[in-house]
Amino acid sequence: MSRKLYVARSPRIAARKLGEEMLVMAAQGSTLFTLNPTATILWQAADGATPIEEIVEHRICSEFEVTPEEALRDAEALAQDLAEHGILLISEEPITPKSPVQEQLRQ
Amino acid sequence: MSALLQEMSNRALRLGVPLSAQIDLTYRCNEQCVHCYLDHDDHGEMSTVEIKNLLSEMAEAGVFILTLSGGEIFMRKDFFEILEHARALTFCIKLKTNAVLVREKQAARLRDLGVESIQVSIYSHRPEVHDAITKVPGSLRRSVDAIRFLRSQGLKVVIANVLMTGNMRDHHGVRALADELGARYTLDPTITPMMDGDRSILDLKADVSELRTLFRDEAYVGNAEEFCAPPPAPSEEVMDSLPCSAGHTGCYVSPYGEFYPCVAFPLSCGNVRQQSFIDIWRNSDQLKEVRSIRLRDLSGCSQCAHGATCTRCPGMAFLEGNMRGPSTSDCEKSFARTGIPSKNLLAKKEKPASARLVQIQLVPTITGIRLSGMSNAVITLGA
Repeated sequence: MSRKLYVARSPRIAARKLGEEMLVMAAQGSTLFTLNPTATILWQAADGATPIEEIVEHRICSEFEVTPEEALRDAEALAQDLAEHGILLISEEPITPKSPVQEQLRQ
Repeated sequence: MSALLQEMSNRALRLGVPLSAQIDLTYRCNEQCVHCYLDHDDHGEMSTVEIKNLLSEMAEAGVFILTLSGGEIFMRKDFFEILEHARALTFCIKLKTNAVLVREKQAARLRDLGVESIQVSIYSHRPEVHDAITKVPGSLRRSVDAIRFLRSQGLKVVIANVLMTGNMRDHHGVRALADELGARYTLDPTITPMMDGDRSILDLKADVSELRTLFRDEAYVGNAEEFCAPPPAPSEEVMDSLPCSAGHTGCYVSPYGEFYPCVAFPLSCGNVRQQSFIDIWRNSDQLKEVRSIRLRDLSGCSQCAHGATCTRCPGMAFLEGNMRGPSTSDCEKSFARTGIPSKNLLAKKEKPASARLVQIQLVPTITGIRLSGMSNAVITLGA
């Protein structure tokens, strides 16, 4: 059985929906990003408690014509990319305010 | 401005979204700067609840970049409560402060809350000059200590250096201080009239010869020859362009809830205590009028040689009595830069001096100097 992956929005970012896209700025480096509609869905659903497979199944596959495998692969790559920019947190455990991944941010 | 942010601003303009806003949380201040045009008394500031409600309305309306300023923001005991609420609404927060009340504890909290940047006013690297402007002994030391605390937390700090007669020779020293502290640096030679119409503080502003020297300083302007070149004739596209973002994608709310197009443009468009933020943004007649103005509509400026490159501030023009008219301080900057007098300056030369210009509207006073936080060592010429 494959590992579960949880994603959560970083508490250190600023974000606002502008039209169909999401504006996101990471406090570190003040870099501005825009997320396209698919990435916006993933980002909005990233509550730290829902595994990424469920987000893909319920929020992305229902909206776009894409196979679950392909959507999951793309979503994981996207999540990794967003995590590298400090926009998203990724963990193999549910992410709560006390999670180690959140604690790292405070250091 | 980055290309992406410019693109987002253009999109916000098309969608009618107020992408950026400033709230002055208070006009009270722990410094008494000689060039400040504020009345520092509290005439009935918005309560914590009112400000939180306003923030929620702003987030709903699409405001992304939120500047919290004053007065001095740390004079409000509920400042961190307001800031926490703003960050929970995922605003990109910029702060403007003198930082006198910022110590290690406050700096750490600002870092935890993910503040994007903190702009700190520094007038000189020399205590005797800075403290004479703020009228608070020891204020330079306090502010510089605070910048060190903020930087030690990895926060982005922008030193804002307003230039006036008393500190005109110190900008290189302040810039060196900014470099030493790892802070960005901006300088601005703009002094704004008092909101009650008193223009006496304009005596503090740098004269044209001092501006000329500044505008030829390549440490600030890059290629001085290019920067000071005669302006090209304005194209049709420029004639149809917007004067600035005030009222188009940006706005301002005073501590008393007054809604203006910009902090430097005190045209009252409504009050958030009586109307919702979005209602004012969408339906204010005053904002509609501001939005209707194009360069070709400006009296004098539309025929001026500087039309294409002038940094004309509509707020300063409004303070001179006509938001469709020239802003003389920007005319002076254009003249100092290029040696070519503006149409407005030429007209003034032909006419005898008129009566003192007054601020017509009786509105609550607004905060000090408009200082844009841009890249390192940028002279802010205007909007």
